[in-house]
Amino acid sequence: MTSGITKVTTHISPNEQLIFERSQSGRIGYRLPALDVEESAVDTLIPKEFQRDDDLEGMPEVSEVDVVRHFIRMSTWNYSIDIGMYPLGSCTMKYNSRLNERVARIAGFANLHPLAAEEDTQGALEVIYELQECLAEITGLPGISLQPAAGAHGEMTGIMIIRAFLDARDGAAASGRRTMLIPDSAHGTNPASAHLSGFSVKTIRSTAEGLTDLDHLRELCAHGEVAGLMLTNPNTLGLFERNIRQICDIVHEAGGLVYMDGANMNALVGVARPGDMGVDVIHLNLHKTFSTPHGGGGPGCGPCCCTKELEPFLPVPRIVKTDGTFRLDHNQPKSIGRVKAFFGNYGMMLRALAYTLTHGNDGLREATEAAVLNSRYIAEGLTTDYDKPFDSPPMHEVVFTDKRQSRKGVHTLDIAKRLIDYGFHPMTIYFPLIVQGAMLIEPTESVGRQELDQFIAAMRSIAREAQENPELVLNAPHDTRIGRLDEAAAARKPVLRWKPQLQGEATPA
Amino acid sequence: MLEAIGLKSAEQLFDSIPQQLRLQRPLNTPAALSEIELLDKFEQLGRRNTAAQRTSFLGAGAYSHYIPTIVDHIISRSEFFTAYTPYQPEISQGTLQTIFEFQTLVCQLTGMEVANASMYDGSTALAEAVLMAERITRRFKVIASAAVHPQYLEVVQTYVQHAGIDLELANFDQKTGQAGAALVEAVDDQTAALVVQSPNFFGCVEDLKAVADAAHAKGALLIVAITEAMSLGLLKSPGACGADIVVAEGQSFGVSLSFGGPYVGLFATRDKYARQIPGRLVGEAYDKKGRRGFVLTLATREQHIRREKATSNICTNEGLIALAATVYLEAMGRRGVQEAAQQCLQKAAYAAKRIAGLKGFSLPFTAPFFNEFVVRGPLGSVELLSRLAKEKEIEGGIALSRFMSDRDKDFLVCVTETNTREQIDSLVSALNEL
Repeated sequence: MTSGITKVTTHISPNEQLIFERSQSGRIGYRLPALDVEESAVDTLIPKEFQRDDDLEGMPEVSEVDVVRHFIRMSTWNYSIDIGMYPLGSCTMKYNSRLNERVARIAGFANLHPLAAEEDTQGALEVIYELQECLAEITGLPGISLQPAAGAHGEMTGIMIIRAFLDARDGAAASGRRTMLIPDSAHGTNPASAHLSGFSVKTIRSTAEGLTDLDHLRELCAHGEVAGLMLTNPNTLGLFERNIRQICDIVHEAGGLVYMDGANMNALVGVARPGDMGVDVIHLNLHKTFSTPHGGGGPGCGPCCCTKELEPFLPVPRIVKTDGTFRLDHNQPKSIGRVKAFFGNYGMMLRALAYTLTHGNDGLREATEAAVLNSRYIAEGLTTDYDKPFDSPPMHEVVFTDKRQSRKGVHTLDIAKRLIDYGFHPMTIYFPLIVQGAMLIEPTESVGRQELDQFIAAMRSIAREAQENPELVLNAPHDTRIGRLDEAAAARKPVLRWKPQLQGEATPA
Repeated sequence: MLEAIGLKSAEQLFDSIPQQLRLQRPLNTPAALSEIELLDKFEQLGRRNTAAQRTSFLGAGAYSHYIPTIVDHIISRSEFFTAYTPYQPEISQGTLQTIFEFQTLVCQLTGMEVANASMYDGSTALAEAVLMAERITRRFKVIASAAVHPQYLEVVQTYVQHAGIDLELANFDQKTGQAGAALVEAVDDQTAALVVQSPNFFGCVEDLKAVADAAHAKGALLIVAITEAMSLGLLKSPGACGADIVVAEGQSFGVSLSFGGPYVGLFATRDKYARQIPGRLVGEAYDKKGRRGFVLTLATREQHIRREKATSNICTNEGLIALAATVYLEAMGRRGVQEAAQQCLQKAAYAAKRIAGLKGFSLPFTAPFFNEFVVRGPLGSVELLSRLAKEKEIEGGIALSRFMSDRDKDFLVCVTETNTREQIDSLVSALNEL
């Protein structure tokens, strides 16, 4: 590997070490002003036994340019939306406007302390209020809290609200109502969030058509212990639950409430509103539908939106407007409490409001139309080469399987990895769990026809390769910095941090 | 394109939605703004946040520290901020290696053995730590210091309300401001964990070792919470004091105030509890050619595999903010973190000494402090601080009466390396004049 010349630079640095391996004693990459107050002996301020005695051994000592090169080199190993299409189903990876980034960095927001007095933070509170108003209109649900920090956090909040509502409505009898119904196609966060709120989970089957099985739902609702239903709509197969009205009625008649997972709201904004469908509470993902950047795994923002009836149970503080002034209302005795310090991921709220305002009401609907159109175009373009398990036309995302390719030993994972060689990020794979070898594709509105055609051509080409040269697909990707990693070995003997190497210890091969 | 898929109108795209459920009117949200109009609107809103323009001595869980310019430069790289969670390691090594470095740095600072890829913030990290302690010990009583940040306690209360966990409070000593002794007193063999914050909400440093020993003697865990992570540059690490779980708010490391978020929760524990950790973990892995890479690992703890039996429901965490903290910690490095911490200590000590020398002002607590301390003034602190802001353009502190009804003359002052002597002196003379 090291034969021949050593290149000083390569486009993609193949081997940027860990920063700890670059560290050299005595190097620094910062300068602070000299201390401008009289210095006291540290021991007179902090007793010796409370002071660190390890001199922060092991922390890096590097120069500024070392740090910059380190991160820029590592950045070249990442795929990102700005490089190309990111067709991850259920993740809604759309373009992140630079304008929104600029808005979030305006000094009046970036330098604002969350505990400053209400009267000195009116602009910031107005942003929260205005975004709440927009989301209330978009969802048809008037009670909003922007406090949850991510989708799963918003889910937890929503389910705790259901629990608090039932406890208030039924008193002691509510203890008999502790079952949350969740379809077998749901995100894993749904059952995990239900569990956090003290509910046990029962799974509802899907029909052959890919929709919630109404008979099974009725059966499960017949026993009186149902607290509610957690439903994603469009569901994770990309299909709109057209019986949603009936579904809500069944759950309501059984004394339960309906929670909607809003992960797929990008199919509905400006077209249909959960509040009009009979849904009681929903979370949104501002880092999906409202284009706040995903950041390699957050930060997100998962607003919780609910009916008037559930509003008193929302987290505190609420942001209210009286006589043109915005203030915090902590006095909500029925509230589930606080779910996060301060106000939530405020920077994401600024970006989401900027997104909403730059699109305008008509632009929001157009984005939805484009997102669904793009998904339908892919659905149409790939049916000749891939198995499409459900006939109905999909909404913003479409699911295919590896059924035809697996005859040659080529599976979903291989197809996904081969797609990397074609310059695309793979789709969501093996989700939803009910579809064997699932490939869930969500193009979003942020791609044009040309790129969709390239994607379809790549997928078709892979289908051909799977027939003619399966090895090529099975060993993909071929030109990334690293090949497929041995994840099983990594989990068996986890190495979760760097440690200084002992003298004479060899680097693992 | 509609034609290509055999449709005549965009409306037909939504045929699967029953007609009566479709919105038959335009959304009643504002019409589109141009870039110029949008910036103008937000600039104007920003100007109404008058607190952001003043000299500030506000802390209590959100701190003004120096942020090296390269932090924002690097987190603004498309390759980092427009990437998804690194599920495909072959094209996500930038994010994965960064998180591995983050986990290592968190371990080094806290003195712990294993750290996760981040939590939403310090408050939710603490709540998850309490739930984890219950899973480990199978005990249902948790005793927390009453000098933990009040909003953190509120969040913990919300999280544990349906978990069958009893959250009790151990009061702080009215003289010292520390709650350690009360925790030592309160722990019994039913206790799952003691929760202590150090420096605590009043800025007082706690004797963590004593609390750890008392917890362990009863088979309980010690959870240490930290809101001012810069203190780790100077104070003995919780790991060295015997902590079992350490959670912290990482905002001090290169993250702007941004009205309370996004911040980043740090979560660290002992190796033996690694499989009980909530959230994402990145580990080392090798490909067939023996090349080192990094990958999300131990996923069997997580919601997408374990569903309702998962260690937590967390999915999206705070990746980009963890990146900011990583860039900060590497740019400042070993010596920079120490020097920033030293300056915080020295400047806060200077400020406290000068304020305590003013007529009518005193420091009600005697415990050693890092960069925050409580001041007792001659009049109600809400009024005092409001006048300080309006007449002197100084955000002088946070009134404790907002959190504790019996402390109407007390306020919490925070001094960091960004506060100059001139600013401190002007705070002192302003207090003197009011």
